Amino acid sequence: MVQINLPENSKVQKGQYFKDKTGSKNIRKVNVYRWDPSSGKNPRIDTYEVDMENCPSKVLDVLNKIKNEIDPTLSYRKSCAHGVCGSCAMNMDGKNGLACTTSHADISGDINIYPLPHLKVKKDLIGDLDGLYKQYESIEPWLKNNSKNNKDEIYQSQKDREKLDGAYECIMCACCSTSCPSYWWNGDKYLGPAVLLQAYRWIIDSRDEDRKERLQKVADELKLYRCHTILNCTNACPKGLNPAKAIAEIKKMLATT
Amino acid sequence: MSEYNIIDHEYDVVVLGAGGSGLRAAVGLSEAGLKTACISKVFPTRSHTSAAQGGISAALGNMGEDDWRWHMYDTVKGADWLGDQDSIEYLCKEAPKAVIELEKYGVPFSRTEDGKIYQRPFGGMTKNYGNGIVQRTCAAADRTGHAILHTLYGQALKHQTEFFIEYFALDLLMKNGECKGVIAWNLNDGTIHRFRSHITIIATGGYGKVYYSATSAHTCTGDGNAMVLRAGLPLQDMEFVQFHPTGIYGHGTLISEGVRGEGGYLVNSKGERFMERYAPNAKDLASRDVVSRSMSIEINEGRGVGKEKDHVHLHLSHLDKNVIEDRLPGITEAARLFANVDVTKEPIPVVPTVHYNMGGIPTNYKTEVITVNGSEKVVPGLMAIGEAACVSVHGANRLGSNSLIDLVVFGRAAAKRAAEIVKPGTPHESISESETEKCIDRFDKLRNAKGENLTAGLRLEMQKIMQSKCAVFRTEKNLKEGVEEIRKTYDGMKSISVKDRSLIFNTDLVETLEFDNLIRQAITTVDSAYYRKESRGAHAREDFPKRDDEKFMKHTLAWCDGKETKIEYRDVHNSTLTNDVQYFPPQERVY
Repeated sequence: MVQINLPENSKVQKGQYFKDKTGSKNIRKVNVYRWDPSSGKNPRIDTYEVDMENCPSKVLDVLNKIKNEIDPTLSYRKSCAHGVCGSCAMNMDGKNGLACTTSHADISGDINIYPLPHLKVKKDLIGDLDGLYKQYESIEPWLKNNSKNNKDEIYQSQKDREKLDGAYECIMCACCSTSCPSYWWNGDKYLGPAVLLQAYRWIIDSRDEDRKERLQKVADELKLYRCHTILNCTNACPKGLNPAKAIAEIKKMLATT
Repeated sequence: MSEYNIIDHEYDVVVLGAGGSGLRAAVGLSEAGLKTACISKVFPTRSHTSAAQGGISAALGNMGEDDWRWHMYDTVKGADWLGDQDSIEYLCKEAPKAVIELEKYGVPFSRTEDGKIYQRPFGGMTKNYGNGIVQRTCAAADRTGHAILHTLYGQALKHQTEFFIEYFALDLLMKNGECKGVIAWNLNDGTIHRFRSHITIIATGGYGKVYYSATSAHTCTGDGNAMVLRAGLPLQDMEFVQFHPTGIYGHGTLISEGVRGEGGYLVNSKGERFMERYAPNAKDLASRDVVSRSMSIEINEGRGVGKEKDHVHLHLSHLDKNVIEDRLPGITEAARLFANVDVTKEPIPVVPTVHYNMGGIPTNYKTEVITVNGSEKVVPGLMAIGEAACVSVHGANRLGSNSLIDLVVFGRAAAKRAAEIVKPGTPHESISESETEKCIDRFDKLRNAKGENLTAGLRLEMQKIMQSKCAVFRTEKNLKEGVEEIRKTYDGMKSISVKDRSLIFNTDLVETLEFDNLIRQAITTVDSAYYRKESRGAHAREDFPKRDDEKFMKHTLAWCDGKETKIEYRDVHNSTLTNDVQYFPPQERVY
């Protein structure tokens, strides 16, 4: 028989409740997934009452407020705070995004914050992206060009350069891949939208001389064709990119070459 | 100490940090056949290089005549003559090669009509020694740093650099004044790692987070700088903190100088393009210190905009829609997200915001760390590059787009120099356990700190002091107060509180260790500023409004042990590296 219940140790339990101490009239409840690997305990949801009167506009600001003023033990990744480094990707109100660019005003009711879905959790909101990084490595994300001229740049027309728009801007936050049901089930073999978008970025770079080999390397039942055009990826991308289209383009190139 | 599981490693070279300079060094080291480890507290593409927008300077001459000597003159002038001209010559001469190399690595630069790398105008970049504006700043739209960082990470993968990711470096291992390696804490599993290396290259970036309002990432805490201080070595020119003219008001997000490069301009509450008064020639493209001061004067004299009249407006709605779409898409998004502004219709509210540290670990142009003990000496086994270092090419004020080029030119130089010094596979000599014990002792004390002061509270206190006492304009009185108040915050550490005692991704402890690093740099910054009684570049003293070359044509060196500092000075290099260019003697600096 297939086991359909979660294992005992991964059942999420009710955690601590942190009542507001500021006396603010403008309070929101923030429910946050917590798990400490060294405690030996199950994951839990802690609830924080946060004074929104003195809180800037983004979800990251809410988390910082909790960490700085209520509970310093809460762990999450953060760095640039303006949507370019990709550190603070997480699931907010059921949707993947960057905490630093997601407005809490756009979330109604309680604010529910979880790690990115379907990743192993390292601690609290910190997901394990090692598998995705390995897959990124596997597509050999560097230019292959045998030109021996070291004096000048490789020329590229504006039209050819334009093809990279929408692909090179990816910040590797993994919001797309971790929103993809195909990636959930086959994440060990299916490359997923983030990595395929990067594969596409090198395939279409007019300066790259390895286009054919690159295409062949991804032309695989599992690596590429597990994409079933669900389009969660494009919907999730916080940078407004379209990985689904890139994947479709790769399929099209394979079908026509 | 027995509580900690210590894992030993041996490498020819260890690089601390995986931003633009650290990655460029790592690539060169791997190419040279040196066994290299690259340690970073964040995954490489999360480094703050990713936030650089406008571009990378190099006299390629793709968009009109250019010469690296002109670039050198601009940099010397931008630095207000505090830069070392041998290093600046090296930077500007090597810059075109370094950019071509990046392009060959795959950086998706924007292009000219004939397919060459696109270059835009930037502040302080001129032709023919200050006569007219030149287009020297190579750009990948307004995401140049991101494009370079991701490309360099790809190159490091190609060269199979060994990464230690999400490891927090704690301290250098020193023996008789030489660096023998570094100790780091693996956040992933809580183990402590001791890396032995013949050379340690510090590429840990700036420390913008000592200020309240900065464009810097949360991770910009100058960890390498603080390790150097704890090793008994000095930091240089720490008083020179760059305020970028255009941080988004209220949030601090950077709006690239590229906006003004493409034709944007600043306006006060009277609708006046006030930069015309302060810099009649360069106007909005004067160097950053000049523009930031002009904005502050406008605001102080009541011509600021908004309810509080405490910021100014950056206009770009007059620009061609295609220019905004093709060349400034990133700032369009940032303005929408953080200022709720549609740049095609409304101006962006901006205010001078802490952005860059000209100061850092003193090095020569080969990136070897130097100290002064009677006379100038190289510290064997230690190098520094990038924003962490003070080479010094930026002197008292860095020109926009000179920092990305600094990263790759000196990242490359460090790898070259290391390859000259180290023979691959040379065995490591033994070192005593006392260095490790000292480091673990500090770590363990902070981890178990049971005091009353939350780290975040002390950090906020420090940031507010720096913001109010050591800002764009400085006075004796203000700085004196800063010198005293910052030490009170330091004393607050005696009763610091850490609530999380675990070892895996204990970010409470990470932030506390970062604060311990920040506060030492705050102290050296405000002390260095107090003792420099002149105005030069980013250091503007209202009580000493003139540059004083006689007394202060010198680099400040600051040692810091706890809250005690020692301030000394060393001469600015007054010669060039070769005869390809003549020394530029000091002049009055007007734009």
